[in-house]
Amino acid sequence: MKRNGPILSLTSILLYCFMYTPIVVVAIFSFNASKYGVAWKGFTTKWYGVLFNNEQALRAAENTLILASASAAIATLLGTLLGYGLSRYWFPRKKFVATLMYVPVVIPDILMAVALLMFYGLMRDALGIFELGLSTMIFAHITFQIAFVAVVVKARMVGMDPALEEAARDLGANRWNVFWRITFPLMFPGIMSGALLAFTLSLDDFVVSFFTSGPGSTTLPILIYSSVKRGITPDINALSTLMVCASVLLVAGVTALQPRKNYHEK
Amino acid sequence: MEWRKERECIFGEQLSPLDQTLRSLRTSGPAIVWTTLFLFVPLLGIVFISFMSRGSYGELQLPLTFDNYSRFFGFGSFGFDPLYPYILLRSVLLAVGSTLLCMICALPLAFFIAGLSPRYKNLALTLVMIPFWTNLLIRTYAWQMLLSAEGLVSKIAQFVGLVGEGMPLYPSLGAVYLGTLCDYLPYLVLPLYASVEKIDWTIVEAAMDLGAGRIQSFRHAVLPQIIPGLAAGIVLVFVPATGQFIVPDLLGGAKTSMLGNSIAQQFGPSRDWPFGSAIAMSGILALMFALIIYNRILAKRGGEGLL
Amino acid sequence: MAHASASPSSPDAAAAVELQNVEKRFADFTAVTGINLTIKKGEFFSLLGPSGCGKTTLLRMIAGLEFPSSGKVLIAGQDVHDVPACERPVNTVFQSYALFPHMTVRDNIGFGLRMKGMGRDEIRVRVDKIMELVQIGQFAERKPHMLSGGQRQRVALARAVVNEPTVLLLDEPLGALDLKLRKELQFELVALQRRLGITFICVTHDQEEALTMSDRIAVMNRGHIEQLGAAEDLYESPRTRFVGGFLGTCNIIEGSVTNRGPGGASVTTAAGPMRVEFRKDSDATRRDKLTLGIRPEKVRLREEPGNEQENCFPVTVKELQYIGSETHYLLDCSGLQLSAEVMNSKVGSQGFEAGQKAFVYLPPAGLVVLDD
Repeated sequence: MKRNGPILSLTSILLYCFMYTPIVVVAIFSFNASKYGVAWKGFTTKWYGVLFNNEQALRAAENTLILASASAAIATLLGTLLGYGLSRYWFPRKKFVATLMYVPVVIPDILMAVALLMFYGLMRDALGIFELGLSTMIFAHITFQIAFVAVVVKARMVGMDPALEEAARDLGANRWNVFWRITFPLMFPGIMSGALLAFTLSLDDFVVSFFTSGPGSTTLPILIYSSVKRGITPDINALSTLMVCASVLLVAGVTALQPRKNYHEK
Repeated sequence: MEWRKERECIFGEQLSPLDQTLRSLRTSGPAIVWTTLFLFVPLLGIVFISFMSRGSYGELQLPLTFDNYSRFFGFGSFGFDPLYPYILLRSVLLAVGSTLLCMICALPLAFFIAGLSPRYKNLALTLVMIPFWTNLLIRTYAWQMLLSAEGLVSKIAQFVGLVGEGMPLYPSLGAVYLGTLCDYLPYLVLPLYASVEKIDWTIVEAAMDLGAGRIQSFRHAVLPQIIPGLAAGIVLVFVPATGQFIVPDLLGGAKTSMLGNSIAQQFGPSRDWPFGSAIAMSGILALMFALIIYNRILAKRGGEGLL
Repeated sequence: MAHASASPSSPDAAAAVELQNVEKRFADFTAVTGINLTIKKGEFFSLLGPSGCGKTTLLRMIAGLEFPSSGKVLIAGQDVHDVPACERPVNTVFQSYALFPHMTVRDNIGFGLRMKGMGRDEIRVRVDKIMELVQIGQFAERKPHMLSGGQRQRVALARAVVNEPTVLLLDEPLGALDLKLRKELQFELVALQRRLGITFICVTHDQEEALTMSDRIAVMNRGHIEQLGAAEDLYESPRTRFVGGFLGTCNIIEGSVTNRGPGGASVTTAAGPMRVEFRKDSDATRRDKLTLGIRPEKVRLREEPGNEQENCFPVTVKELQYIGSETHYLLDCSGLQLSAEVMNSKVGSQGFEAGQKAFVYLPPAGLVVLDD
């Protein structure tokens, strides 16, 4: 029952092919010499050259990186504190509040996007703050990243033996030392994978970015979207291929940070 | 023992409920304030604005009315028009349909991965993770290329005779389903795999030993064990599929417009925030309704089976 | 109920730990109640009881990881109510060992000294010495997950005793180990305790472990102390039905008093009239209904009634188990079930067969009166 039969294996391999078809197709076309259409006209790497001379794409890449790093940094801080606080301390109506905190994980992103667009618009009209641009995008990204970071950090905290901190205290460590010498080092892999997750989410986000961006704060996904609407150019395929590669590296990073099974006891 | 950790004594410190609340404020507080300000306040704003009306330049106007909702349900100023009810229905059908499709595809994949030896298992899992973390936009526009009149898939379809010579496969509802399936499949595979991995196969062997056939033992011995993963995965696919915007936008046309596109349309080019808000609110209510029914089914048949 | 030595209030100079009227209530139940206990300096003391009896809670209150709802905890004569765990002269060996997974064995053991602000060199010397003592010197640079269960246990022990605490608390210290290793480490623990002269307070649910290691044992049940005493006292003269049943096996015989005499009484039981002797401090002298207990190995089984006039009853052998050195019998004594364990000390064929009629003699000195 446990071994895979030929039908199951074949079905699964076909499904893998199905999942990878779009990714592979984009990569292949990024090396296609043809400028228009999807017919194969020979191998070339020139589109990568074109991409690196594309001012717009470079600016978008810069925006994307600033957005992802800044939002991931703040969200990691807030999300770690949230995950730590929720797994440690009681407060009135905690269950209800904790559930609300995970709403950003499940809410359809279009909803969050338009709610923020409207919120920023009204605030701008009323108070003159939240002019659409990179900063409003950062605030928006932080909002959905916090919950993801908190989930990862909390999972890590829950898996931790409470006796570890008790032991540290029993051995004479005060609250400060318990946290910095025991709790934090043990949480750290969780914090790092939370941060990487937040960073990746920001890189991948299109919908929220699209609605909260302003002139001059175009990111790579927005650039790709407008190219798709205008008609794709081969350098966009090159750009997409590079972004896929970046995602693969980040996934590898997150996977490497997962605790090995035999790490602590059973 | 949760209450002890939470209420009484934390790692050798005796903390009163007040102390704990204060520490919660210092740790969870900032994130709670942030999420309230940037998510819950805007969402409440949506609720409020859905009852306002649009001025001639797109500005918000009083008085509060139900007009946006009656317009959404087809009773606009030009008599009954089922455009938006159809959109709602189409979105819900797409969500249900693509969730079912994902389920059908995720099951063999999850069992396949769980049946691999540890060395290949990690590789197979990472291979599912990669599309999961790859930009959805990129994966979707690739399908555009494949399904265009010149695209590989269309060529094959033309050759087999599914479509006429030189005809594209997109924009169409089928393309939207295909794109949705491809995009959301990993969302179901990952939690489902986690459950399949934990299956106690001795129960299945016992069932077969007692004379249950393959289908019976799947239904009574396997299915109950994978319900938790399946249930989580279904929500992970169903919720975003209801509100999706990119896939119908890129692979569908005007005839396949979904809730997400309508909301985007109202907040974007049409600049009718009150009506857009009303669509969003109706979508949320439909979603919540679906989730409540789903929860009922799970609660009632959780031990017995979902199907 | 509780049997404490000192009167609750005057601090005892020779006491390492004193608990006075300690009670711990959680939101929905009371974990321990009415605990009065004095643990002497240099003693190997065990808290023995089934899971959920409150023994671990008691230990955690001494460690400062839990706080009593009422009553006092004194360590070395000082009320430690306001002393946080990190400042108490007490260290704990946790049930899960709680070794810090991100630190090497050496850093784990040196953690307590580092927290005290001791210099690097001195820490090194002390850690080396203690690692030598518990024979884990060669693992100094390993991480805990690379050690076996027994080695982890030794690291946990070393990490606690290196701080030279007044009292060492051990929470099921051998619970996670297999039987053979457990036996070995029982002796090592006792040897270590003798050598260091530190007071050990050990929580265990394993009666054999408690009996072999401890100077004194407190048997706990449902949040209170049932009986306190040396191993032999507890086994030979259990005071309550619970202690009798928890430490070894015990035949229970119910009866009512018919005739009281000085220091003893006649009791009517299902088997017939029995004579019992009372302990001096027993309150059984005032009761009419008594529960009697007798250990299976104290029951004498013979073919003839013998010389004794009292406590001798005809029985039928219902079942028997031949163990080798001894045989275990299940006897029916006019409806009363008794078990007897008889040493096979005779040369030649042994004992009785199933269905055989015989006689039992229950020596009055072996019959103890149990409280409920």
